[in-house]
Amino acid sequence: MKYIATIGLETHVQLKTRTKMFCSCLLRTGDEPNTNVCPVCMGYPGALPVMNRQAVKFTVMAGMALGCDIPRRSAFDRKNYFYPDMAKDYQISQNGAPLCIGGGVEIALPDGSPKFVRINHIHLEEDAAKINHYARHSGIDFNRGGTPLMEIVGEPDLSSADETIAYLEALKELLVYVGVSDCNLEEGNMRSDVNISVRPEGQSALGTKVEIKNMNTFKGIHAAIEYEVARQIDLLNHGGAVVQETRRWDGELGETQSMRGKENAHDYRYFPEPDLVPVELDEETIAEWRAEVPELPRARRARMMSEYGLPEYDAGVIAADKACADFFEKAARAAAPVPGKTVSNWFMTEVLRLVGEGGGDISSCALAPEALAELLRLLDAGTINGPTAKELLPELFEKGGMPKAIVDARGLGQVSDASALQSLVDAAVAANPKSVADFKAGKKAAAGFFVGQVMKASKGKADPKLVGRLVAETLSKL
Amino acid sequence: MEFKDWTVASAAEAMRKGEISSVELVRALVAEKNARDGDIQAYLTFDEDGAIAAASEADSRRAAGDTSPLLGIPVAVKDLINVRGQPCTCASKILEGYVSPYDATVIARLKAAGAVCAGRVNMDEFAMGSSTENSAFKTTRNPHDLSRVPGGSSGGSAAAVAGGEAVCALGTDTGGSIRQPASFCGIVGFKPTYGRVSRYGVTAFASSLDQVGPMTKTVEDSALLAQALFGADPHDGTTALNPVPDFASALRGASLKGLRIGLPREYFVPGTAPEVTEIVKAAIGKCADAGAEIVDVSLPHTEYAMAVYYIVAPAEASANLARFDGVRYGHRSAKSDDVMSLYCRSRAEGFGQEVKRRIILGTYVLSSGYYDAYYGRAQRVRTLIRRDFDSAFGKVDFLLTPVAPTPAFKVGELQDPLSMYLNDLFTIPASLAGLPAISVPAGATAAGLPVGVQFIAPSFADAPLLACARAFEDTLA
Repeated sequence: MKYIATIGLETHVQLKTRTKMFCSCLLRTGDEPNTNVCPVCMGYPGALPVMNRQAVKFTVMAGMALGCDIPRRSAFDRKNYFYPDMAKDYQISQNGAPLCIGGGVEIALPDGSPKFVRINHIHLEEDAAKINHYARHSGIDFNRGGTPLMEIVGEPDLSSADETIAYLEALKELLVYVGVSDCNLEEGNMRSDVNISVRPEGQSALGTKVEIKNMNTFKGIHAAIEYEVARQIDLLNHGGAVVQETRRWDGELGETQSMRGKENAHDYRYFPEPDLVPVELDEETIAEWRAEVPELPRARRARMMSEYGLPEYDAGVIAADKACADFFEKAARAAAPVPGKTVSNWFMTEVLRLVGEGGGDISSCALAPEALAELLRLLDAGTINGPTAKELLPELFEKGGMPKAIVDARGLGQVSDASALQSLVDAAVAANPKSVADFKAGKKAAAGFFVGQVMKASKGKADPKLVGRLVAETLSKL
Repeated sequence: MEFKDWTVASAAEAMRKGEISSVELVRALVAEKNARDGDIQAYLTFDEDGAIAAASEADSRRAAGDTSPLLGIPVAVKDLINVRGQPCTCASKILEGYVSPYDATVIARLKAAGAVCAGRVNMDEFAMGSSTENSAFKTTRNPHDLSRVPGGSSGGSAAAVAGGEAVCALGTDTGGSIRQPASFCGIVGFKPTYGRVSRYGVTAFASSLDQVGPMTKTVEDSALLAQALFGADPHDGTTALNPVPDFASALRGASLKGLRIGLPREYFVPGTAPEVTEIVKAAIGKCADAGAEIVDVSLPHTEYAMAVYYIVAPAEASANLARFDGVRYGHRSAKSDDVMSLYCRSRAEGFGQEVKRRIILGTYVLSSGYYDAYYGRAQRVRTLIRRDFDSAFGKVDFLLTPVAPTPAFKVGELQDPLSMYLNDLFTIPASLAGLPAISVPAGATAAGLPVGVQFIAPSFADAPLLACARAFEDTLA
């Protein structure tokens, strides 16, 4: 029998605010355990939470980017459960009135056709502390406790591991673009609970679902889904039944394992958080925040194609990363009348290569978009030649500065004076009778040799096209 | 003057005039405490060195020209309010040995005003109770009759002030915990409007109800403390942003003349001790004599207040007290061998009977399948109770009611939790509605047990309420 898998995700995304969700402790990874803590995030008697407005703003901006409705009023609830990583033994979360409702994200199916994956809602909560297990004991690091955590609750619209990863990649691209999270998977910035069920083809009712908790890496999620779907199908094929339960993914063994069954499911006893007043958002604030949501990759791609005349491939590569796209657009605008395609050629082959070699990112290099633009304008105007431009770029990338000043100071301007170049051509011809003989004997490639000689004599500054023409003329007259 | 006779106002005046220093006042307090507290048992701890240091600093400030009204005044602190470097047991074994790392906002404000916060006073464990018998450490006695309770949960605060071993105290009120002990001990107990005083650093019992307030010998003293305690706090998002009233000017020339005082008929029902009814009736007469207009009003949902309270408060408490789990601080059972037994045993050993009862009750009413029937419905009825008050305050300026159905009862007299809960019958509704309310001494029974009356005001009418109470005080003089 053929089976259809139904997959839905709850994705927790750590927001990159400066401070924690409900106190002013700094969010910094790598510090000594339990150094960024206070009575609030340690759950001391009498401590009270205070809302981090930036976290609310980031969540709402993410919701806007995902096309969610933003209710004017939202509220927090207490989710009660005992666990050592939860300082108060309840988590402040949102149950009844989340910050964002609805929305979704478009992914591309393997055949290239688009699919819209719906989002049920996005709510804001606080992250738990980190438990570290050692040989004979465990330790709790409350530095992470209280990190603002946005939970994106997706609808069960996915039907394969590939679609799931496409969905997560689309989410990640968008959230990084909006600037609300680094979505660094290794650091646990983005963790998903995956709900999976299977049903025979033709059956409309969904099968019994299993939840796999707390997965970081896309590779792990992909493998876990493949495993779990196969496990459930195998169970059904052998007359068994899927048990509703929570499972965990063991990456080393490559299998899912039962954590707890339905009968041991938590009763979280949600109730409204009395320590926080509801979040009321007025139209003005919402409009202000909406204006801060950047143009998203899809729209930007299309605009860059029409505005700069870029081919789809170039626009796609550049728009996928916000910093790259911002850099490119600044450079392209400043470079006019140099065509956008020229800027994109230089940006993609030269600049991004340097970024790759340097191991950093575009926003941290010394090269200013205006410097790239000026360089390309100098090239376009014939003030410098291509080889000089290529030589200058790494220096601008490393040390910054503006190319025109460097060109002027070092006299790197291209020599386009035909009479001056003619004398260099004549000198080269006179000095290399053997090559002249080769040319006359029909070895047309010898012309290239003379061009090289002239370029060398001009210390690279000669206009290569002009030199080529002069060499051709001179040789033909011999 | 004997120590027991000092009020905040008179001590401040004497210090201003140089008749006594803060250090002398604190030394007198310590002497009085040492003499009396063996009987009364109000104090849990007293940081004598800290008190003398703070008092001498206050004296230096005064010498340098500081005239803050609370400068050098010792304030007894209910043992659930955090003071940096002091214990904060909430009268519970589960916090035995815990030393607080921070100051509650109310403490920070008192310290900034120059007050001396060194003595910590007894209470019902986690403020759950009406007699202070639920303390894990000691049973505080009523100074007017040592065989009787001081009321609760702020019984230590009330007994220390009434017993002449404190000038004033801070209490907290969730369903009557300031007002009922004030009535039992014959002092003034003021519960401000919810949101007027920061709860930051005040160990939570029921977050939507808890409010810190002064417990003093006079209404004027309550006003002096309120002036320092009131105001929005960035650490407490539930504090109100309304401007803080000027209490001194509100109290100047306070009069009952022309005030419309409402008597909610649901508060004058059989079940109240006849002597209490008599004293309250006499108080009504005095108000009328002083020119107040007495108006009958109705608060029809009063009969549900008790039920609503015993759903909402335990529900919130069940979450608030979850943090006492033996993991980060406080009592940790020596007998645990895994996380679950660490929780279970630490809490079983650390919490007392009443606290456990309310945690279980609160957990139950929030449970899946019961939430709507209990917590959800209780919240809806709470809104109706609030509306009752709104409509009554369309007709009157203040309400006058008994504080508690009886005067102080005997230690050990009330064994059944329900009859204990009934003590808060008249104080709970104002708590549920978040309204300011005050208990003012109104007289005493034949046996010499004090009885107070309660005035309730509309939201944020704290200053007019104190003015009304002050004027009532004058009718007794």
